[in-house]
Amino acid sequence: MSILVNRETRLLVQGVTGREGDFHSRAMLEYGTRIVAGVTPGKGGQTTLDGSVAVYDTVAEAVAATGANASCIFVPAPFAPDAMLEAADAGLTLVICITEGVPALDMLRVHHVLRAQGVRLIGPNCPGATTVGEAKVGIIPGNIHRPGPVGLVSRSGTLTYEVVQAMTDAGVGQTTCVGIGGDPIVGTSFVDVLALFNADPQTEAIVLIGEIGGDDEERAAAFCAREVRKPMAAFIAGRTAPPGRRMGHAGAIISGGAGTAESKRRALQEAGIRVADSPSQIPALLREAGVR
Amino acid sequence: VKLQEFRSREILARHGVPVLDGQIATAADEARAAAELIRGPVVIKAQVLVGGRGKAGGVKLAGSPDEAAARAGEILGMAIKGVTVRTVLVAAAADIAHEFYLGLILDRGGQAITIIASADGGVEIEETARTNPAAILRLPLHPLIGLQQYEVRRVAFFLGLPAELRSAFATTLEGLYATFVASDADLAEINPLVITSDGRLVALDAKIVLDDSALFRHPELEALRDPAEEEPSEVAAREAGINFIKLDGSIGCMVNGAGLAMTTMDLVKLAGGEPANFLDIGGGAKADRVAAAFRIILDDPNVRAILVNIFGGITRGDEVARGIVEARATLTRQVPMVVRIVGTNAAKAAEILRAANLITADSLDDAAAKAVAAAGEPPA
Repeated sequence: MSILVNRETRLLVQGVTGREGDFHSRAMLEYGTRIVAGVTPGKGGQTTLDGSVAVYDTVAEAVAATGANASCIFVPAPFAPDAMLEAADAGLTLVICITEGVPALDMLRVHHVLRAQGVRLIGPNCPGATTVGEAKVGIIPGNIHRPGPVGLVSRSGTLTYEVVQAMTDAGVGQTTCVGIGGDPIVGTSFVDVLALFNADPQTEAIVLIGEIGGDDEERAAAFCAREVRKPMAAFIAGRTAPPGRRMGHAGAIISGGAGTAESKRRALQEAGIRVADSPSQIPALLREAGVR
Repeated sequence: VKLQEFRSREILARHGVPVLDGQIATAADEARAAAELIRGPVVIKAQVLVGGRGKAGGVKLAGSPDEAAARAGEILGMAIKGVTVRTVLVAAAADIAHEFYLGLILDRGGQAITIIASADGGVEIEETARTNPAAILRLPLHPLIGLQQYEVRRVAFFLGLPAELRSAFATTLEGLYATFVASDADLAEINPLVITSDGRLVALDAKIVLDDSALFRHPELEALRDPAEEEPSEVAAREAGINFIKLDGSIGCMVNGAGLAMTTMDLVKLAGGEPANFLDIGGGAKADRVAAAFRIILDDPNVRAILVNIFGGITRGDEVARGIVEARATLTRQVPMVVRIVGTNAAKAAEILRAANLITADSLDDAAAKAVAAAGEPPA
């Protein structure tokens, strides 16, 4: 059970021979993720990761040879849109793009095409997804988890790790942790992941980590009020962020008075979700909501 | 990147959007020369990126070239919200019969480029959204096929444009859309778009905000950045590859990751302090970047303590700690430093930090409280 990735995930890594791709592929293998292929155009026929993984020139070849069913993308931003389209075209149903700095207009097109093809895209500019004890796809450190009943979804990277660590330290374990990415246009929204957690019998409670900008958290609150009966806790970063400034993430900006932390906190609270003032309060709020 | 008005109108004009004659000037004499070329009344407009320049006296009418020189002389050198005016736009003055708002935005909720149009021009669209939301048309465009003629017509009818101006409006909206796509914008707006008393459709003021992630393929636009209007510390940070935004508080923050950096600021505030900045040092927390970050933070004389929060994850905490200690040794000004490092070898990291007389903290809440307490001390 759990969501998105698990023991059955047969992962292909695009950009596997690059510095980031190599480093994080090693960490994924160490976690137990099944990496069945790598793709780097021009390096087909070689092996990588100490000879354990074959490299292909194209995603289509890699899929034909290995039966890969998911891709993790580490290619540089100018080439990432093309890599996402190539993965979808080769028939992969899950594409997780870690790359930061992909132009938004490219993402509009890619997002639209992948959705029409029925491909689940996570990211870009995201840390990936980890199902605890089964598979880690992306860059979330493997050593911060503990198996348990809580699903976590976040727009952030290190802030996610902070919350996961706080939960693990308090003995509150996780099913799957998903980072959806900090860009204005991402493949998967909070609502998409909440729907998956809501339908997952192993996930008994859900944590949502949001930040300023856009209205994805407000939409998530409306969805939860309507559909989700599992206990929830949330944290929103950026209460002290000045309006009109982009806070690191391309999507983290308060514009025209919209997208503030207060508006998101209020929406979540009105949906009956416990909202923390600090990440450290999340485990206690979950306990309060009945999580063992 | 936000472009100045004169740059925005230049780009729009290149894509066929009708604008009135105009030239920039950086001295009164240049303004006189520009007004002589335009022949007729002109408007002198301060070129600054901060809002509210009209109210601040940064926009003035002039009936003659001499008057243009005089008004430009008044505006140049004036400070608007802390920004000194160095350039003015001298443009033909328009006799306005009607004002509209016409903009395109990257619409995250709608996952599209969306047209925003309103017959209430000349005021900020956010203001109209509050006071009269029914006066605004939002029209998301298809991400693959883009702007279509039926959509152009729909906006024209919504705005109630007279039939004889519909073709000029089509040119304007198509030009705005072409500008948006060609320059990878986040926002492109004409406000106001006006009908003049002699029946012409003209873009009187324009604003373009570019998608920073796409600048790599627009070197010509990257060059239009106006460093004179940015915080010098923010320019220095960008050159060092650091994400930095200056704020007004006394506690400098150095964090890896944007979400965690915002959270660290929030917790400083919650502990009763005020953050001096947002700073995301990026991945790895390399020693040279840490040193650059410290220098940028300490350039701000308001900073009385620094809070370092690094979630290492798979990075080795002791290496980060050594980098921090080394970087600190190169600083000319010292303030109390609270350091919290999470990651492998965190205990060893804490040892290194304590040996170097840095304050350590177990949790982020603890670190924020200690930093606030440390900043409360008068500077040594």
